[in-house]
Amino acid sequence: MSAFGLLAQFLQLFLTVLLAPLLLGWVNQCRAWLQNRQGPGIDQPYRKLRKLFQKDAVIAESASPLFRIVPYILFGAMCLAAAIVPSLATDLGFSEAADAIALVGIFALARIFMSLAAMDIGTAFGGMGARREMLVGFLAEPALLMVLFTASLISQSTSLTVIVETLAHRHFGIYPSLAFTGIAFLMVLLAENARIPVDNPASHLELTMIHEAMILEYSARHLALVEWASSIKLFAYVAMGIALFVPWGIAQAADWLGMAFALPILIVKLLVAGFGLAVIETVMAKQRIFRAPEFMGTAFLFGVLGMLVHFLLGA
Amino acid sequence: MNLLPIDLIVSSALLWIALGLVGLAARKQPAFVRNAVFPVGALAGLLVAASAFSSRGVETAISLLGLPDLPFHLRLDSLSAFFLFILGCAAFGVSIYSAGYFKNDEKHIGPLCLQYHVFLAAMVFVLLADDAFLFMISWEAMALSSYFLVTTDHRIPEIRRAGFLYLLMAHLGALGILLYFGSMGGDYSFDAMRKSHLTDLHATFAFLLALFGFGAKAGMLPLHVWLPEAHPAAPSPVSALMSGVMLKTAIYGLLRAVFDLLHLQLWWWGALILGIGLATALFGAIFSAVQSDMKRLLAYSSVENIGIIFVGIGLAVIFKAYAMNSLAALALVAALYHCLNHAFFKSLLFLCTGSVLHATGERNLGKLGGLIRTMPWVAWSALIGALAIAGLPPLNGFVSEWLLLQAFLFTPGLPHSYLNMLIPVAAAALVLTGAAAGYVMVKFFGIVFLGQAREEKLHDAHGAGKWERAGLSWLAGGCILLGLVPFFVINHLSGASMLLVGSSLAADKGSWLFLSPISPARASYSPLLFLIVTCGATLLSFLMVRRLYHGRVRRTMPWNCGYPIWNARMQDTSEGFGQPIRQIFDPFFKMERKLPSPFDAMPKYSAKTEDRIWHSLYLPFGNMVEYVANLFGKIQQGRILVYLLYNFVTLIALLLFMP
Repeated sequence: MSAFGLLAQFLQLFLTVLLAPLLLGWVNQCRAWLQNRQGPGIDQPYRKLRKLFQKDAVIAESASPLFRIVPYILFGAMCLAAAIVPSLATDLGFSEAADAIALVGIFALARIFMSLAAMDIGTAFGGMGARREMLVGFLAEPALLMVLFTASLISQSTSLTVIVETLAHRHFGIYPSLAFTGIAFLMVLLAENARIPVDNPASHLELTMIHEAMILEYSARHLALVEWASSIKLFAYVAMGIALFVPWGIAQAADWLGMAFALPILIVKLLVAGFGLAVIETVMAKQRIFRAPEFMGTAFLFGVLGMLVHFLLGA
Repeated sequence: MNLLPIDLIVSSALLWIALGLVGLAARKQPAFVRNAVFPVGALAGLLVAASAFSSRGVETAISLLGLPDLPFHLRLDSLSAFFLFILGCAAFGVSIYSAGYFKNDEKHIGPLCLQYHVFLAAMVFVLLADDAFLFMISWEAMALSSYFLVTTDHRIPEIRRAGFLYLLMAHLGALGILLYFGSMGGDYSFDAMRKSHLTDLHATFAFLLALFGFGAKAGMLPLHVWLPEAHPAAPSPVSALMSGVMLKTAIYGLLRAVFDLLHLQLWWWGALILGIGLATALFGAIFSAVQSDMKRLLAYSSVENIGIIFVGIGLAVIFKAYAMNSLAALALVAALYHCLNHAFFKSLLFLCTGSVLHATGERNLGKLGGLIRTMPWVAWSALIGALAIAGLPPLNGFVSEWLLLQAFLFTPGLPHSYLNMLIPVAAAALVLTGAAAGYVMVKFFGIVFLGQAREEKLHDAHGAGKWERAGLSWLAGGCILLGLVPFFVINHLSGASMLLVGSSLAADKGSWLFLSPISPARASYSPLLFLIVTCGATLLSFLMVRRLYHGRVRRTMPWNCGYPIWNARMQDTSEGFGQPIRQIFDPFFKMERKLPSPFDAMPKYSAKTEDRIWHSLYLPFGNMVEYVANLFGKIQQGRILVYLLYNFVTLIALLLFMP
């Protein structure tokens, strides 16, 4: 663990955690523009967080301690995820502690705690949301692993640092295996972050919601942490997509100058990705919940196909 | 006198038998049996674990007991030491727990105590045996004592039926093992078998027999049918031992048979084990997701875990067959590590269900709920077990799955093109299984411990006693510790992997903080750092929120989208939670659904999910056996005249045909 690694690590961690709501605000703003609305401005998530933090928490009488600690666990887990996904630099201090498989483990950890917290109060919505979330995760998690496996096979390593460095050094071109896994990854990203077509972040229609159903009972600071954690998760996913599929421009090894360039490049990529997300959410409709397994199954098969293609063609 | 580990282990096993007899003799003083005999037995377990842990190299002994001219051979090597370590650790936790648990079972305590300790001792001798005779005798003792333990409540017909099925499957398996030993030839000592050189065909037959025999005990597909019947029937500590340890003796047997006693391994053996393992794992995961009985759910989850262990063994055989020994070591270590992990978390979860069963009298998930409020200790232990079994970092289940996935990532190096194409699919199936395990555990923990109590009586469910808590804490602590210090466990496993595949995961690569089995550039994982960073971020966020804002809380009714009426029956049920899985994997199940018509005044729904294998394999087979038996029955007239006629006819026939 070098001094540069540690410094880059903390820099990236703080930037990610602080800027994650901004990405969410950007996506929402873009969507508003695309829908001919004025939109609340890209700093709306911060205003919402501040409002929530200042309120008194209202908790159901029957809530167990598990319910109260889950928001903090969620936030902690997402911080770790944000720390190890290379977005600014590849040489990160914590990247040796958790590789690509552990990253999937972190997301699974967060998902399971979230679902358990949703079941804690014992309302109909909580249990339903938990079940649906686990169903989405049950198929999305393997799909994500298949994507990462393909990248690992290409770079002969599961360490995210090595994966991203290897991918960044390849000359530009379309690799069949990466094309398949790219589709799979996009589908996983949409499903795991409760976006259209699997879930609708703006909807509180009881029969269709997943993520919102789970957090119905949360309020004030707990809700703020959960919301913040979801925005970090979205950021981590988008950063992972950028690192895997368009890694060019990321700072490699101990490269201070690279870091200085990496930040603006990252911001441009994030802006483009956020706009892309908004376009997807505008042109697509939310699917019926019964179609979600099909959607996720398709993602999983695309992931497996990508890996098979890599085995067959070696590319 | 210098006591060797093997002596200590044998004495512990004898102590267990003695304790069993003491328990039988003192059955009129149940309090004494519980508070003295079981704790002493637990200490013996700890002694077994400690001696096994400290043993180095190979120790052999020849027992004074045995048949005339056929003394029993005992041998303690690194493989048996590792499994003895599993046995000792699990037995310690379970025995301590049993000291509190059997309070309600006082009328059975004498025989229960005897069988329980004989069962433990028999498993020790299975692991120590160095000849086929001792192995088979201990194997049978293990099967019979566990049969009696399963049928503790023999007055209930279902339990008798479950016990019979278990006994039947155990003996079918034992037959396979017996034939395996027979086909190995020699003087039936393991030493002679190691030296024998079989042809490929002969070795293949031996391998298939061993796979059948040990697979029946381990619960591999399609021989798994006894697990979901026997585990719910047995008292919970017994289920814990059977699932946590006894299944592992079958894994031990398979490893011993395939790697140690047979001198060659063919690649397609590995492919066969791998395929069966994957089918078993997926099958177990899917079926456990649709169960409504908490012990059946755990039993199917054991099937799943055995499948995962088989996958590791299969990969190891494939790598070994191509002489890629260090990769074989990686896959084998993953499998062995998973054995150890499974012994801890599955015993823990079975014990938790035992406490729940005692406190509420219910095994049905549909009648439980909200127990985290009345029995917090059990609930938090169960949470650790559930997270571990779901393969979440930084607990122990993740480490073994991580190692196994790493092994899969090395398969492109295999020199066999078909295998190369099929193995990625296998990796995908394995990953799917892991995700399904998470689903199952959310269902299990969420339905039993979270939400509202689904029955009125659950409100006065009592928490676990101090013995029970101690046992649970030991196992839960093990789950955490094994997850945090994988480096030491893997180091300890190097002896076993050296013995079996002639290579070990080099321990000097990477520091104790980082786990990087092949090279740090290839993959590394540090559970301790992981835990520290996650906990640090969690704590920091907590402190920051408290410091910058406040910690005010108001307690009130749940929001529930503003619906004023809510009760426990509005929660998701266990059937509801399993419904998506049932829908996705519909063809796997044999379902009988009764749906009411729209005009029913008293609508009744019912859905019954059953195992297709039972209906398509076992029932036809059972019917066939019955049919053949009936044919034979026709010649059994029961009249002496007829039997004399048979004698006469046979004599005539012999006279005619004998030259």
